[in-house]
Amino acid sequence: MIQPKVNDPLLLQEISAEIRRSVITTLSQAGSGHLGASLGLADLFTCLYFSVLAHDPADPLWPGRDRLILSIGHAAPVLYTTLARVGYFPEQELATLRKLGSRLQGHPGREHGLPGLELSAGSLGQGLSVSVGRALAAKMDDQSWRVFCILGDGELQEGSVWEAAMAAAHLKLDNLIAIVDRNGVQIDGKTEDVMALEPLKEKWRAFGWEVVECDGNNHQDILTSIHLVQQVPHKPGVILAYTKMGKGVGSIEGDYRWHGKAPSKQEASRFLRELDKEVS
Amino acid sequence: MSRRFINRGDKPTKTGFGEGLLASGIRHPEVIALGADITASVGVNLFAERFPNQFVSLGIAEQNCVGVAAGLALEGKIPVFSTYGVFAALRTTDQIRVSVCYNNLHVVIGGAHAGLSVGPDGATHQALEDLAIMRVLPNMTVLSPCDATQTKIATQQAIHHTEGPVYIRFGRAAMPDFTSENQSFEVGKAQLLHAGDDVTIIATGHLVWEALQAAYTLKEEQIHARVINLHTIKPIDKEIIVKAARETGAVITAEEHQVTGGLGSAVAEVLACEYPVPMKFVGMPDRFGESGDPKELMKKYQLTDLAIVQAVQTLLTTKSYP
Ligand SMILES: [Mg+2]
Repeated sequence: MIQPKVNDPLLLQEISAEIRRSVITTLSQAGSGHLGASLGLADLFTCLYFSVLAHDPADPLWPGRDRLILSIGHAAPVLYTTLARVGYFPEQELATLRKLGSRLQGHPGREHGLPGLELSAGSLGQGLSVSVGRALAAKMDDQSWRVFCILGDGELQEGSVWEAAMAAAHLKLDNLIAIVDRNGVQIDGKTEDVMALEPLKEKWRAFGWEVVECDGNNHQDILTSIHLVQQVPHKPGVILAYTKMGKGVGSIEGDYRWHGKAPSKQEASRFLRELDKEVS
Repeated sequence: MSRRFINRGDKPTKTGFGEGLLASGIRHPEVIALGADITASVGVNLFAERFPNQFVSLGIAEQNCVGVAAGLALEGKIPVFSTYGVFAALRTTDQIRVSVCYNNLHVVIGGAHAGLSVGPDGATHQALEDLAIMRVLPNMTVLSPCDATQTKIATQQAIHHTEGPVYIRFGRAAMPDFTSENQSFEVGKAQLLHAGDDVTIIATGHLVWEALQAAYTLKEEQIHARVINLHTIKPIDKEIIVKAARETGAVITAEEHQVTGGLGSAVAEVLACEYPVPMKFVGMPDRFGESGDPKELMKKYQLTDLAIVQAVQTLLTTKSYP
């Protein structure tokens, strides 16, 4: 059955909070992995899988589904926890993340057979090109499904992203929506210190994309932006989603040192308490 | 088996690729060719003119081309991406490794202008490392056909009768076209082109013709060389290699590629484990090429029948007879 769309803002809040809890617990069990981006992206993933994408967890390869490509493979935990929450596989399996024999690889690997994975990825700068190929295939076959591609902001320093951006506009792929996790940080620090990206909106515009900015931790804003960015025919759309790395856990919000770390058991229980406080 | 192969006239192997691609597109709308600006020079123009709706121009952006190919393959298309081998295999190695090979997608990559024989363009454009780099990638099939006729057949096999990623290598210079249009060609099955029990010459690409000429010369000296065309570098035909080593006791490899990592290494890996015999490698000795006429370059870097004959003569002095 095609996943019914959730419109109730309170329910979306609740799901995002569950995903965040699940991300913290899962990463703490795994003992390694990237916490920051996964917490920051929980609201986007909630909106996408519970309210935007046409998809069917019981039939992961349904040809008419919208495709979601996670270009930043290191945000795998938020993808896995969302896929489990929406019903692609049992939530207990999240405990196997990064363990030997698991379908939940540190960075997504399709050969391990996890349902709902659209691409094995992890080397930055490749997902948008693959998304262009898939969106192009949909156009060639007159299909109406869409391709969503999740990019990191640090990832935009890879030149290949801009090759793909040029191609998407050239090919007039209005069935392609890129979403940039604009959390402003990367492993070495602030993006603007490591390698400045601004003026980012203008860059995408100059490359021929329709650009919408939004608060990437606000469900309503996310949903409105996804709607708005698809309004221009013959142009691909990009959403610059301003998120907070570590969102939901006040003590680590915006702290780039939490990009590539997993919480210890003690940290995890402290973070879960902070999360509960935020939600209530 | 001991018949002599006749050159029907020199023809570039890239022409074979272009013809094979064209033939593959007929009644196959899922075959999509991707252009990286140099479509005419790599033989894709015939296809593009005949099937404009199955051709996509993506400009000088090879990394993106490979990713787009992966995306198309995920949706059931058969993308064929071709550009000069130096770019097709080396500029894009990470994209091929992750987006194509790790996802195990049926993407066909044509490495054009391969080898030293590309000539005057010089070292930047002479792909002498592509076989080594492509064959190390899991899931990848690596083809290196020996003449234009075989390249046409191999291209069709790569597109319609092979699973997963395929790299097919071909050259620009007009070279002898000698294999039969009705030859049996199977990916992964090497061809025995000339019988002999004194020594085996295993060659690939343009060097197969040179190996045959070497065998004809050696025959006059009563040295009977077996010649094997290893048109598939991966998966490698272990059986024919081990049998040849057992029956002839000495093996020469010949390739238009660095001796490190290519055909010679692949054969040596098999023999080291299965049946070690004295070996010699004819190929580029770990250095860059330079500008020059293709024939002059092949001569200077000893990628000729004469070089193979000399290698055989040296090797036979060290061969231990059982
Ligand atoms: Mg970032």
